Amino acid sequence: MSAPLLSIQKLEAAYGQIVALKGVDLDIMPGEIVTVIGGNGAGKSTTMMSVFGRPRASAGKIIFDGQDITHKPAHEIARMGLAQSPEGRRIFPRMSVLENLQMGASVDGMAHFQADLERMFDIFPRLKERIDQRGGTLSGGEQQMLAIARALMSRPRLLMLDEPSLGLAPLVVKQIFDVIADLNRNDGLSVFLVEQNAFHALKLAHRGYVMVNGQITLSGTGRDLLANPQVRAAYLEGAH
Amino acid sequence: MENFLQQLINGVTLGAIYGLIAIGYTMVFGIIGMVNFAHGDVFMLSAFIALIIYLAMTQILGVTALGLVFLIVLVCAMALTALWNWAIERVAYRPLRGSFRLAPLISAIGMSIFLANFVQVVQGPRNKPVPPIFTDVIHVTSGGAFDVTLSYKQILIVGVTGVLLLAFWYLVQKTALGRAQRACEQDRTMAALLGVDVDRTISLTFIIGAALAAVAGTLYMMYYGVVNFSDGFTPGVKAFTAAVLGGIGSLPGAVIGGLLIGLIETFWSAYFSSDYKDVAAFSILVITLIFMPSGLLGRPEVEKV
Repeated sequence: MSAPLLSIQKLEAAYGQIVALKGVDLDIMPGEIVTVIGGNGAGKSTTMMSVFGRPRASAGKIIFDGQDITHKPAHEIARMGLAQSPEGRRIFPRMSVLENLQMGASVDGMAHFQADLERMFDIFPRLKERIDQRGGTLSGGEQQMLAIARALMSRPRLLMLDEPSLGLAPLVVKQIFDVIADLNRNDGLSVFLVEQNAFHALKLAHRGYVMVNGQITLSGTGRDLLANPQVRAAYLEGAH
Repeated sequence: MENFLQQLINGVTLGAIYGLIAIGYTMVFGIIGMVNFAHGDVFMLSAFIALIIYLAMTQILGVTALGLVFLIVLVCAMALTALWNWAIERVAYRPLRGSFRLAPLISAIGMSIFLANFVQVVQGPRNKPVPPIFTDVIHVTSGGAFDVTLSYKQILIVGVTGVLLLAFWYLVQKTALGRAQRACEQDRTMAALLGVDVDRTISLTFIIGAALAAVAGTLYMMYYGVVNFSDGFTPGVKAFTAAVLGGIGSLPGAVIGGLLIGLIETFWSAYFSSDYKDVAAFSILVITLIFMPSGLLGRPEVEKV
């Protein structure tokens, strides 16, 4: 078996006095879709952000592609090929859709900008209609699409998506999950997915982790976790 | 009528200088949320740098082509002042990033006092006279109560300001550099997540702000024909007023605010009392803060995100 693309080892992190992560272990293999599910405040988003050092790890290690990135500045980590569509989407509100996408592509030196732009418009035709509109005036769903497209514009080796389904109509959720599956199948894109929508996430992912209170409590293949009675009781009953 | 026209010309000239300084305030505030109280003194410093280069070129090297001299003085003053401001940011502000909000503000006030005193010590406390340059004037009207004049200096000031503002606008709106700068202004964390080196971008903001202040400093030195170590304070605070009036954080706002403050000050001096011209300008600051805290073009606090 090959080495993991991203390996999080015994990661601990805190916001001031509040400990958010209490020793998280997580691996993502190249070409894999891995999801972390869990309730509100379990530490899913913190895990994802701490890969970029926000918050910084107080203990443990983060290895990307064989390199220790635990103490690297965020922009250098981004330049290694990690891209994130973060919690709250964080679209630049006073930039146009086009400029937001240009920001995404700037890591890559804008080398493939036109081709990638066309590709994003194929995936999200809505963005093409909104091209000159300011990010802050888009609807929630449009912002979500833009955040994902912006992350993809850098041609990342690992795409990190925090709650891509949040606040979206079921049809749009399905569309976005189909896009992720396609990118994974056709381009071999590795995906790190954080979701509250456990059913969809586990169906899509190769493997999943369940997070409770800053710790991983369960892990397994997506199918196993979907069948697991504990997972069903806690995260799936009445969900879909 | 002649009086009005003359004051309009004078006001726009002064306003152009305020506008150039105000951009430095508004850019730094936009990106790190700090009022850079040392900015006025950076402007004063640049006027001294410009004067020294000017004197060295005309009196020691004996260069007589004034256009060439002006260009070299301008470029050198921009470069050296930018270097100064870059160093100031590294020494006085960057180590305090992530500290409590007032820390960099206090540091900026300290830096302002340091710069003024540094120049006082090395250049002396007395006014430094500047040999006249570009003394020709154009008579716009004649035969009235007095001739309305437009000096070459005034044309130069407005022309140079206009050209540089265009170049600056292009830089901020159309280049990758400017885009990174605006991204940091709107969401520093997200910009870093997209590979933008935030510290470098902040340095760059200080460099650009200083370069524009140096243009103002060079023009100010030529226009008034005298510089003093304390010259950073009043124009600095007025440019800050201009930035607040235009809406702090807004670049077009800074320019419009600068022009308005220049015009208000000039017309007040002409029609009421020149003793109270500073009172007029600073009353604008107070009135703006009370009735229109986000300024003319500033954005309201709440934004749909």
